[in-house]
Amino acid sequence: MRGVWRKAGPAAALAMLVMASGCKKQESAKGPAPKGYGAAVTEVSGGKQAGFVGSVLDQPLVVQVNDAQGNPVAGALVTFAAGGKAEVTPAEGLTGDDGQLTVACQLGGEAGRYRITATTRDKQGKAAALELDEIALGYQENLGRQLNEKYCSRCHNQESTAERVSNYDNLATKPHSFSDGAFYNAMSDADITAMIQYGGAARHQPAEMPSYGGTLNKAEVEALVAYVRAIADPPHRQKGMVYARQ
Amino acid sequence: MRKKIGEGYRALFGDSPRAFGTLGVLLLACLAVVPAKDHFREWSGYQSGYLKYIANRGDAATLKRRFEGGIHQDWLPELGVVDRCGTCHVALKEAVLAGTGPQPFRGHPVIPHNLERYGCVLCHGGQGVATTVEEAHRSSKAWEQPILPARYVEAGCGQCHQNTMTGTPELNQGRTLLAEYGCVRCHTVNVPGGGRMAASDHPPSLEHIAGKTTREWMYAWLKNPQAYAVSATMPNFQLSDDDARDITAFLVAQSTALEVAQGPAETGAAAAESGEGSSLYGESFCASCHAMQNAAGLLVGGNVGPELTRVGTKVKPEWLKAWLWNPGQWSPTTVMPHYRFDGKQIGLLARYLGSQTDSDFLAKVSLPPATAEQVAHGKKLVNERGCGSCHEMNGVKKPDNFAPDLSNVGSRSLEKIVFAPGVQEDLPSYLAAKIQHPHRFGPATKMPQFSLTAPQVDALVTALLAETDRAAGLPAALRVPGKVESDYQPAGPAGKLIADLRCFSCHAFNGRGGDMAPDLSIEGSAVQRGWLVSFLKNPNTLRPALIRRMPRFNLTDGEAQTLADYILTVYQTPAFEAGPLSAAGFTADQREHGRQLFYSKYACQACHIVDPKNDKGYVGPTLTQAGTRLNAAWIVHYLKDPQKMRPGNLEPNQHISDEDARDLAAFLMAQTKGGAQEARK
Repeated sequence: MRGVWRKAGPAAALAMLVMASGCKKQESAKGPAPKGYGAAVTEVSGGKQAGFVGSVLDQPLVVQVNDAQGNPVAGALVTFAAGGKAEVTPAEGLTGDDGQLTVACQLGGEAGRYRITATTRDKQGKAAALELDEIALGYQENLGRQLNEKYCSRCHNQESTAERVSNYDNLATKPHSFSDGAFYNAMSDADITAMIQYGGAARHQPAEMPSYGGTLNKAEVEALVAYVRAIADPPHRQKGMVYARQ
Repeated sequence: MRKKIGEGYRALFGDSPRAFGTLGVLLLACLAVVPAKDHFREWSGYQSGYLKYIANRGDAATLKRRFEGGIHQDWLPELGVVDRCGTCHVALKEAVLAGTGPQPFRGHPVIPHNLERYGCVLCHGGQGVATTVEEAHRSSKAWEQPILPARYVEAGCGQCHQNTMTGTPELNQGRTLLAEYGCVRCHTVNVPGGGRMAASDHPPSLEHIAGKTTREWMYAWLKNPQAYAVSATMPNFQLSDDDARDITAFLVAQSTALEVAQGPAETGAAAAESGEGSSLYGESFCASCHAMQNAAGLLVGGNVGPELTRVGTKVKPEWLKAWLWNPGQWSPTTVMPHYRFDGKQIGLLARYLGSQTDSDFLAKVSLPPATAEQVAHGKKLVNERGCGSCHEMNGVKKPDNFAPDLSNVGSRSLEKIVFAPGVQEDLPSYLAAKIQHPHRFGPATKMPQFSLTAPQVDALVTALLAETDRAAGLPAALRVPGKVESDYQPAGPAGKLIADLRCFSCHAFNGRGGDMAPDLSIEGSAVQRGWLVSFLKNPNTLRPALIRRMPRFNLTDGEAQTLADYILTVYQTPAFEAGPLSAAGFTADQREHGRQLFYSKYACQACHIVDPKNDKGYVGPTLTQAGTRLNAAWIVHYLKDPQKMRPGNLEPNQHISDEDARDLAAFLMAQTKGGAQEARK
């Protein structure tokens, strides 16, 4: 038995080597061949978007590959990896003449944050990566977003659209954008709820923030709080009781 | 070997005490099998996982006390629901765990329903009696209704709720799209409890189309409606050149001439300056209903009427003038009001709209004169494609049930579905693919290609998934019917005016009409006559930030007075008398207190302008002439409950006390000076 093994050994090793090299060949054949090499990936647009769970984000993700001097590189290969069950299509591609690549992103089926990593390699094979966070809103947070569009965004959103002129500039004290994590993360759920229900005066903020407790029901107020928590930047972390004993 | 077995037997069963002992141990082992089997069940792992998960929390003791092991079952016989979901989803009723942490340990977010009364599967789908993850969530041959994916979860609400709710934005949008895109003109969707979904689009009648546009335009439009108007809801039927040619041949052949009264002669329009037509378009607030692409390529304007970016390429000038003079002559059911334009205005608008052209659109179209065969073939195609489901044509009957009935599409059996290659084999993916790319399902598919965005498709799928067998079988007491439009008809000469001006297109009165502008059912209690008459004559705007505004109809004094008197007499609220409170009855102290309330306690200046020099807010209407516009009693009642007086209004209900409301009214009734000019700044 041992004799047979000794005879077949080199042949088997050779076969394994062939197989391994075959695999390697397949891997390198996957995806388009890069025509240029960059040293860094930067975000042009599309990061920190919020969308309904499982939906395709409204805006595409646009990334740009630059060389060491910061000039855009055409034809560089960018590979996208998505955390969770988010999907990026196409998952890899070559940058255009302006050094940019545009891809669509579909969020996974569970609410939360999804991290998309865009990677490019320079000539030596050294990787440069860019991380983009996208936010999937669950039912409650999505409802909060709709309520925000109707009731809150006229003052809390600085941007005007064709259909809605922002009232932000007309207010004596400027309201905080809901994504302003530095401000809202320091407030408890109870404080935000009280501000919505009883108005700014309830928490030593200006009376220009009116009380919505008579207009929105409890579920709607909770939805708004959930939305503010979901889109906070920097992200909001549950505080207090959760890790008390650790 | 044999010897060894013999020795073993003797060691265990050699004498009766040994045999008794051994059998006893065996029996105990057998008895232990049942609890051991239970212990290794999937759900049991989740329950111990939950206890580990909460162990680090400060409130662990409370949570642990409320936790009960074992299988949880909710049985709701009248709904046909048996739910064991709570076996793994142990923290559903824990408010502190709502929306945080991993599944299955999350609490349920606050909803208006009691979980114990409705169970889980009624809304979420899935197999309630199952106690394994796989069986409860996913579909199998024995169970075809898997859990609704999170993005379509509002479909669960739609099984009982036919009404529009704030809690279901996706479902509302989906149902609106089913009506707006005319899906329900070809597909029947019966509503549980009787009736069927109705379309809300206005596909034009084609009986007189030859008087309106050219055959070349029809051809280019049929080939690609969205090339003419980005916002067009008409789908692309992907017709071949010959088919499109033959359909236009038939449309021209069936068209009959329509005798319409011509408007006044065009005077002075030709000599006008070039910008005047565009100003008149703006002043008449055509953009409230019609969109146009601006220089940046963005659509600006409403979506009630068709987009007008390239209208000059489409319509014949004589038709346009006759239409602007009185649209009702051409189409009695149109939602476009009858503006009282004079000859010059019609000339100006017609010239301005006629200049909105796109030479590329018809550049490649040249059609030879139609032959009889082409007309006959065109008619055959029109019948095959179901054009009559939406459009009226001479000699074409509206087909019945042209497309499959979608009343129970949310419960459609997967066995009955033929999936296109590359489509994931579940119902939501099938519906989404069918809506987005009908032609992937084979060349025989009659469904045309709609141009919908991905969120629109998701919303449509949500609305369709709500149409289930279960919905049809639920007890009638659970059903919340949708809003049924009343057939209210105002009477007399004012009623005729309201119909002629198509007030119902934007305003609702007594349960009938649109929601673009305020509901006027109790407007007579709110405003003063002098203001109303002048507003009807010249609707200077109350909300400068709005794009969609009330147009100026060029009413005569008599017409404006007739309308105002009717509104003031008929559209009154029974809730209060307008008389007792008058501006003269307020004291100076009350006015001053009201001013303080306005500027400090309620900070109304954040949204309203009273003093045009200092106030800036423009979310709500300007109040510079509130004293000449509004009734004092209305102000008091409105401030106390804005949504009751104007449903859907943005102004929050701040639970203002009687005294505060009276003093605010005193302050506002003193605002009589500022005119619209000042407010506009």
